Amino acid sequence: MSTEVADKPVKEKEKSEALLSKRRRRFVSDPLNDDNPITVQVLGICSALAVTTQLSPTLIMAVSVVFVIVFSNLIISLIRNLVPGRVRIIVQLAVIATLVTLVDQVLKAYFYDAWKVLSVFVGLIITNCIVMGRLEAFAMGNKPYDSVLDGLGSGFGYAWVILAVAFFRELLGSASIFGFKVFEAIGIENFPTNGLMVSPVGAFMILGIIIWVQRSLTGYVER
Amino acid sequence: MDLINLGIKAIFIENMVLAYFLGMCSYLAVSKKVSTAVGLGSAVVFVLTITVPINWVLQELVLKEGALTWAGDQFATIDLSFLRFIMFIAVIAAMVQLVEMVIEKVSPALYGTLGIFLPLIAVNCAILGSSLFMVQRDYTIGEAAVFGFGSGTGFLLAIVALAAIRERLKYSNVPDGLKGLGITMLITGLMGIAFLSFVGISI
Repeated sequence: MSTEVADKPVKEKEKSEALLSKRRRRFVSDPLNDDNPITVQVLGICSALAVTTQLSPTLIMAVSVVFVIVFSNLIISLIRNLVPGRVRIIVQLAVIATLVTLVDQVLKAYFYDAWKVLSVFVGLIITNCIVMGRLEAFAMGNKPYDSVLDGLGSGFGYAWVILAVAFFRELLGSASIFGFKVFEAIGIENFPTNGLMVSPVGAFMILGIIIWVQRSLTGYVER
Repeated sequence: MDLINLGIKAIFIENMVLAYFLGMCSYLAVSKKVSTAVGLGSAVVFVLTITVPINWVLQELVLKEGALTWAGDQFATIDLSFLRFIMFIAVIAAMVQLVEMVIEKVSPALYGTLGIFLPLIAVNCAILGSSLFMVQRDYTIGEAAVFGFGSGTGFLLAIVALAAIRERLKYSNVPDGLKGLGITMLITGLMGIAFLSFVGISI
């Protein structure tokens, strides 16, 4: 069998990698579960949990973070060979801060009510360790397209965790989903809401439980 | 009296970590030993006490709408507030650099233990968060200084308490999936419940 392979002419040029090859799919799929930025790498919990009392601000926050991660990854990856190592942190912070300012201004222009509530937390995306972490660990050493995929993966990994936390907090704390009163709609009047879920404590508890469930499923144990 | 109340509020009631989740990254990462937790906490107190008033001055004299009036009447309508994030993060990064140099000079031992986490104070959400809250709540300079110090002290209190619990936790039998981050989250939640009892305290 092997001779047949040898008879074929040797390829002169290496075939360019498929747009969504297995290796590249892993950039997106890994951070969703096995290498999740929040539950496994313990990054970026800061600015996220504060907005998770309701689903709609959480969704805005998740979209903003995905946007900032993807584009900062792209920009840093494009200029990675031009940036001297000594000043890279400042350059990264400047790129992130610019993108966050952009998001902040867009929110202010088109979603003014949400912006009034979220402005401080949108600003805190700058100090979200996931963004910095991906720039340091990935975008500084990889090609732009790969970096965009990596950014998408980390962004979505982050998004699903905070959306899950927000789902439970809003369901148990306010008995609604996206402001829609689900329990009244299915005929349960006076659903006993839990005040603890609206307070920050609920977020810690739910995140702790999500981590527990996820790590039990994947078998990851922290030493 | 108002200032004292503001300080109490910043330390206990609206604790940066337990009520706003800010500074969680370093809070979770550096809370394995009490000694390092105290070191990092003190550095955060220092940086916060200095940067919040500096950012207040920056906000009032440069960034706020009409803040540039002192430079001449033609600047009276300029609104630079969209530059807030970049300016604040620049001040914070500079101050952290300064603290890093001072600690390296004064206490090389502490510098060694804190290592990578010192520069990471620059991306500690609690610090940028305090400055942004200061703007949102329209504090005066005195209030800004007290608020900065109070938030820092609140962070110090929370991280030292957690480190003390985690030192004990080494000897306890925690389910595998809950080890590390999971149990730390639940403990933080319990600490949050304890701190809820401070709500409403004022002098």
